[in-house]
Amino acid sequence: MNPRILPYVLILPVTLFLCLFFLYPFVLVSKQAFSTGAGFTLENFQDVTSHWKFPISFKNTLLLAAAVVPVQLALALLMATMVNGMGRGRDLVLYVWTIPLGISDLAAGIIWLAIFEQSGFLNSMLSGLGVIDKPVSFLSYQHPGVVFLAIALAEIWRATAIMLVILVAGIGLIPKEYYEAAEVFGASPWKRFWRITLPLLRPSLQTALVLRVILAFEIFAVVAALGGTLFPVLMGETYAYQFELLNGGAAAAIALIILAISIGFTLLILRILRVPKGASI
Amino acid sequence: MAEIQIKNIAKRFGTYQALHNIDLTISDQEFMVLLGASGCGKSTLLRIIAGLETPSEGEVWIGGRRIDHLPPKDRGIAMVFQNYAVFPHLTVFENIGFGLRMQKMPNDEVTRRVERTAELMHIEQLTGRYSGELSGGQRQRVAVARALAMEPDVILMDEPLSNLDALLRLEMRAELKGVLAESNTTAIYVTHDQVEAMSLADRISVMHEGRIVQAATPVEVYRNPAERFVASFIGNPPMNFLPATPVKGGQWSVAGQMMDGPSANKALEFAIRPEDLKIADSGLTAVAKVVEPLGAHLLVTCAVEGHQFRAVLDSDLVVKPGETLTFAPLADRVRWFDPDTQKAVA
Ligand SMILES: Nc1ncnc2c1ncn2[C@@H]1O[C@H](COP(=O)(O)OP(=O)(O)OP(=O)(O)O)[C@@H](O)[C@H]1O
Ligand SMILES: [Mg+2]
Repeated sequence: MNPRILPYVLILPVTLFLCLFFLYPFVLVSKQAFSTGAGFTLENFQDVTSHWKFPISFKNTLLLAAAVVPVQLALALLMATMVNGMGRGRDLVLYVWTIPLGISDLAAGIIWLAIFEQSGFLNSMLSGLGVIDKPVSFLSYQHPGVVFLAIALAEIWRATAIMLVILVAGIGLIPKEYYEAAEVFGASPWKRFWRITLPLLRPSLQTALVLRVILAFEIFAVVAALGGTLFPVLMGETYAYQFELLNGGAAAAIALIILAISIGFTLLILRILRVPKGASI
Repeated sequence: MAEIQIKNIAKRFGTYQALHNIDLTISDQEFMVLLGASGCGKSTLLRIIAGLETPSEGEVWIGGRRIDHLPPKDRGIAMVFQNYAVFPHLTVFENIGFGLRMQKMPNDEVTRRVERTAELMHIEQLTGRYSGELSGGQRQRVAVARALAMEPDVILMDEPLSNLDALLRLEMRAELKGVLAESNTTAIYVTHDQVEAMSLADRISVMHEGRIVQAATPVEVYRNPAERFVASFIGNPPMNFLPATPVKGGQWSVAGQMMDGPSANKALEFAIRPEDLKIADSGLTAVAKVVEPLGAHLLVTCAVEGHQFRAVLDSDLVVKPGETLTFAPLADRVRWFDPDTQKAVA
C-alpha cells in the first residue's frame, strides 16, 4: 500500500469510533443547547445563566478547582520527588499512594461522609476526647466552611494520585546528569528543583494539570455525597436540569459552558507551560 | 594555586572494589590525563574529586585545602560531562552563565564573562539557541564554555570528545589544548583513547583495574612502561613480548637468539615496540602471516617461535605472507619485564 496513505488508513477505525460516539452526540447536544424547538436561539443560555443558582454554582466550581488543584499539584510534586529519591520500597509506596485511584468518586464521597456526618468518626473522636459534648452536624448550612473543606479534602485525597503517577513518570525521564551538572555548578537542592526539575517536567505538568483541571470542573459525585444542595456546582445543575426539571436544552447549555471553561483553561495551561522549539529533553 | 593531592583513595560499591588505594599528586596548572580501559575506575576517581561520589577511604586536597567533605560547589572545580549535560531548557547563553547565576553574580558581569567564553569557544553566534538546535560538536563547546566561564581552579573532563566523529575530535582536541594552556587551570581529563592522552597530557596516569599503574609524561609512559600492562595497553600496535631465559651474567636467550639484558637470574620477558625493529641479516627469525599496507607504513604480523610478533616496516618494502624475515631490535629500545610481578626490570 502507498506509505503516504497508510497512516490515515490505520487511524480510520479510531476516527470512525470517535465520530460515532463522541462527535455525533456532541453535535446533538449542541443542537439541543441552541434550540428550543424553533430554530437557532440563545434562550437556553439566557435561561440558565439568569437563574439565581448559576452564579453560585459557577463561583463554587471555580473556587473548588482553585483550592484543590494547586494543593494537589504541590502534593503530587512533593510525593513524586520523594518517591524518586527512594531506593528500596519505592514501588510499594507508589502503589499505596495510588490506591484512591481505584475508588470511584461517589465511593470516595461516601467514605468522607462517614467521617464528617453527625454519627461519623470525627464526631465520635471529638466526643471521646471530650472536646464536644453532643454530636455536631458539620455538613449543614451552619458550617459552609466545613462543607467546602470536606469536599476539598475528599477531592484531594481521591484525585492527587493521578497527577502523582504522571509526574513520577516524568521525573524518571529526566537524565541524572543534569542534576549532577547543576550540583557541580552550584545549585542547591531547592534550586535544582526549581531550575532543573520543574522546567524539564513541563510536558508532564501540562498533561497532569489539564487532566486535573478538566476533572475539577466536572466535579459532581463527591459534592453530591458531602454537600448535597448546600453546595451547588455546575455539574450538579446540569444533572438537576436534565433529570429533575426534565429540561434537556438547559442541561445541554450548562454542559457546553463547562466545556468552554475547560477548553479555555486547557489552552491557558498549554500556553503557560509551553516548551520552546529545540528545548525539550 | 591549585595543586591536587589524592591520598590513599579507595572506593567500594557494595562488595565490588572499584578503586584501590590511589595516591596521586597533580601540580598546579598541570594537564593530567587519566587513561585506561573501560571499567577501570577513571570516572569514579573523577567523580570523587568532583564530589559527586564519596570515597570509601582516603582524602582529596586541592590547593592545600582538604575538600573531600565539601559539596561540589565549594571545591573550586568545574566539570565537562561525557554526554555534555547541556541543559535543554536553557539557551546557550544561560547554559554558559548557569554557574555564575548560581553565584548570584551581577547581570553585566555574567554577560561579560559569557560573551568572552563564548567567543573563546567560537560559539558567540549560537548564544540564543537551545541545545536541541545544536550539533554534537557545538554542544561540546557549550559544555566546555560553561566550565571555563566559572574560571575554576580545576577543570574536570570525562571523555568530553568521545561522542564526536574522528575529524571533529582532532580539531576539538587541538583547540581544547590551546584554550586550557592559556588559562591558569589545573586539568584532569579522562579518556580511553591513547592518542588523545598522548597529544593532550603533560602527564598520563595509566589506570588498570582500579589502580594507577604509572603516572609519567607521555614519552616516558611510551618508552619506559613501568608495567607489562602499560606496555601492552599503550602504543598501536602494542609492544611485542617474547619469553627470555638467562644464559649467564646479563646474557639472555630470546627465541634462540643471544641478547644483552639485565643481570637477573630468572625467566623474564623481552619486549620491543613494532617500530623499533630493523630488517637485518641476523636476529629474530619470524614468519610473516598477515601483511597490512597502512600507507605510511607496512604492518607485518608474524610468528616468532609460535608467539605473535608485529613489525612496522617501511612501506617501500615488499613482504609476502609465508616469507621468513630476520629482525634486529634497536638495542636501546629493548625492555624487560618480570612475568611474576609484571614490573619492568632495569
Ligand atoms: N554506582 C555504581 N554502583 C556499582 N558499581 C559501579 C557504580 N559506578 C561504577 N561502578 C563500577 O565501578 C567500575 C568502574 O566504573 P567507572 O565508571 O569508573 O569506569 P570507567 O573507567 O569510567 O569506564 P568507562 O571508560 O567505560 O567510562 C565499573 O566496574 C563499574 O561497573
Ligand atoms: Mg567513565
